[in-house]
Amino acid sequence: MKTIIRNGRIYLDGKLVKQEMLIDGKKIAMIAEKITEKADKIIDAQGAAVFPGFIDLHAHLRDPGQTYKEDIVSGTKSAAKGGFTAVCAMPNTEPVTDNIASVEYIQLRAKEHGSARVYVIGALTKQSKGEEISEMATMKSGGIVAVSDDGKCVQNARLMLSCLRYAANFDIPVIVHPEDYALAGKGQIHAGKVATRIGLSGIPGLAEELMISRDIMLAESAGAKLHIAHISTARSLELVRQAKERGLLVTCEVTPHHLVLTEEACATFDTNTKMKPPLRSEKDRLACVKALKEGLIDAIATDHAPHADFEKEREFDHAPFGIIGFETAFAVLYEQLVLTKQISLDTLVDNLSIKPAKILNLPGGALKKGAFADFTIIDLKESTTFNKEEILSKSKNTPWLDATVKSRVKFTFMNGKITYQDK
Amino acid sequence: MIPQFIGRNVYDLDDYSREEIMYILEATKGMKEINTREYKKIPTLRGKTVCTLFVENSTRTRMSFELAASRLSADVVSFQASVSALQKGESLQDTVYTLNAMGIDLYCIRHSSPGSPQLVHKYSQKPVINGGDGRHAHPTQALLDIYSIWEKLGDLKGLKITIVGDILHSRVVRSNLIGMEKLGAKVTVCGPKTLMPGNMESVYGCKVEYDLGRALSGADVVMGLRMQLERMSEGLFPSLEEYSKHYVLSKDTLRHAKPNALIMHPGPMNRGVEILPEIADNTNSVIVEQVSNGVAVRMALMFLILGGKA
Repeated sequence: MKTIIRNGRIYLDGKLVKQEMLIDGKKIAMIAEKITEKADKIIDAQGAAVFPGFIDLHAHLRDPGQTYKEDIVSGTKSAAKGGFTAVCAMPNTEPVTDNIASVEYIQLRAKEHGSARVYVIGALTKQSKGEEISEMATMKSGGIVAVSDDGKCVQNARLMLSCLRYAANFDIPVIVHPEDYALAGKGQIHAGKVATRIGLSGIPGLAEELMISRDIMLAESAGAKLHIAHISTARSLELVRQAKERGLLVTCEVTPHHLVLTEEACATFDTNTKMKPPLRSEKDRLACVKALKEGLIDAIATDHAPHADFEKEREFDHAPFGIIGFETAFAVLYEQLVLTKQISLDTLVDNLSIKPAKILNLPGGALKKGAFADFTIIDLKESTTFNKEEILSKSKNTPWLDATVKSRVKFTFMNGKITYQDK
Repeated sequence: MIPQFIGRNVYDLDDYSREEIMYILEATKGMKEINTREYKKIPTLRGKTVCTLFVENSTRTRMSFELAASRLSADVVSFQASVSALQKGESLQDTVYTLNAMGIDLYCIRHSSPGSPQLVHKYSQKPVINGGDGRHAHPTQALLDIYSIWEKLGDLKGLKITIVGDILHSRVVRSNLIGMEKLGAKVTVCGPKTLMPGNMESVYGCKVEYDLGRALSGADVVMGLRMQLERMSEGLFPSLEEYSKHYVLSKDTLRHAKPNALIMHPGPMNRGVEILPEIADNTNSVIVEQVSNGVAVRMALMFLILGGKA
């Protein structure tokens, strides 16, 4: 099966170039000004941009265990609609993905029914209870790309050091969601001006920063590869900068929402503004944008966290943390950061493709001959409305519900096959 | 222009202008007169149904709302639940759907979660009066406090009002800061640093003092707040004795304030902890009158919101 993409602008070395692309089977066979070869199928991109498939380092697919929120089928469909061709699944499933059988279940489901590649992240500790090290070496032989207890941040420094040393032993990257539980307490939103005004208890930036300091020191001592998930404060970024300057194996990611929203969004008590880490101050947001531009931040990751309506539709402090993110990520950032000239288009695209691939050593991230045909075609002039009927995730918990933003995904291809096509 | 109140929600005082607050105070004056009559009832809300929906214990505030509704001849129903019961069983959404199906015209809600009144309105599409939502707001308390000051001292403009105690956990303070500031008062908040939220000056334009003497200096009005024992186990202060030593309202500490400074407290009081009886019971204290004014303020709001006929 051969497919030619015509009339597109192909993203090559950071620029959109008028070229044609030939896909042969699963791979990109040629990118050239004019392709004369005979093909089974011609796709007219109508001037839209052709980007490498986006890669998400941080997603919750809820499968197995909470498939009323999301499952591998719906989750990867939603990912494909957002231009993603690969997502990393966090292990906080039920049961926890802390063993080889669970890893294989996700891989098999994704392979047979998924609309995106799914890379599995194994638990750092057994059942993510923060008590004993997981069988991470066995899981690595089964294909996990990293270990993490994500939202169940290991509080015990001795155990964390041990986990990092063990992971370093087997060359497994460790992803952390840094949060000191005592400082975070029962906090609901950022401990800032809005929390003072509306009386919700606060999660101070210190809860994140203190844990990042600890984990950087532990990772240095262990010689481990540390990836910090969804960084959110200016001071946290300063800590990462210092670690990088000292040559440590530390990387970090930021979510789309921390790049464009602040604590002010919580003032309406919309539970779709409730997530961890919380939306921070404008000063923190600007620091994240600056760090993204400067390359201090290594990737954009969604932290796609589906929750059902009945869970989010309740009193603010009883609603769960988290929002969905696949379908809004590119469009929201394109409109609010690229079109406003705060970051360039290549900064956005690279942080969604080649840069995350590099962190976990994943294939893909660039369009070139011989690479897997994982790409997405996005019309930058059209627009998308995120209403409940359009959203493909099973859950609709997004702060951008019913918002209309610039750009529209027309096609997504994975392994040379269409995984999403706009109607 | 006469302010329009029909069908409006009272989530907090930030939705109300200075003129509207003054209008409510005038209406309260009229209601207060009714409460002094032998037969304390007017027929104005006959046929209307008011529901008090209390998801956090409070006998006093609930009674005040219920009396207010009864004196305007509305029918009153009361729904009381604990947060844990609502957690396990029916959600707030389903509870409101159920109540609404019985034909409620106005909800008065008390809930431990900030923002709950907004939810009740969203689910019921009926006007809601916030009777206290977590640490967020307690607008009827602020209105009765403001009324109590206005009745005794007149215009609040330029008055120095000092509020002392656990500012962090107080919804009364938050609503009062908004309302008093709109009427031109200068508010100082005072308490130990561990019980003071951040950014108070920039959020409210008030003054923050940690020293009681400085806070009370020249005050026209002094309000004490209830100090709760559980703050000790939360690691926020060491003992009632030590708290009292630094922050109690007494004859001695009040010598910094103006000689006849008005004394207030939203209740219930911990005599001997945040306030001494010599102050609570002195002639400048309006603490008991605040409670009567509370009924009148709530009557005024219900009257205005449900469009009662004068």
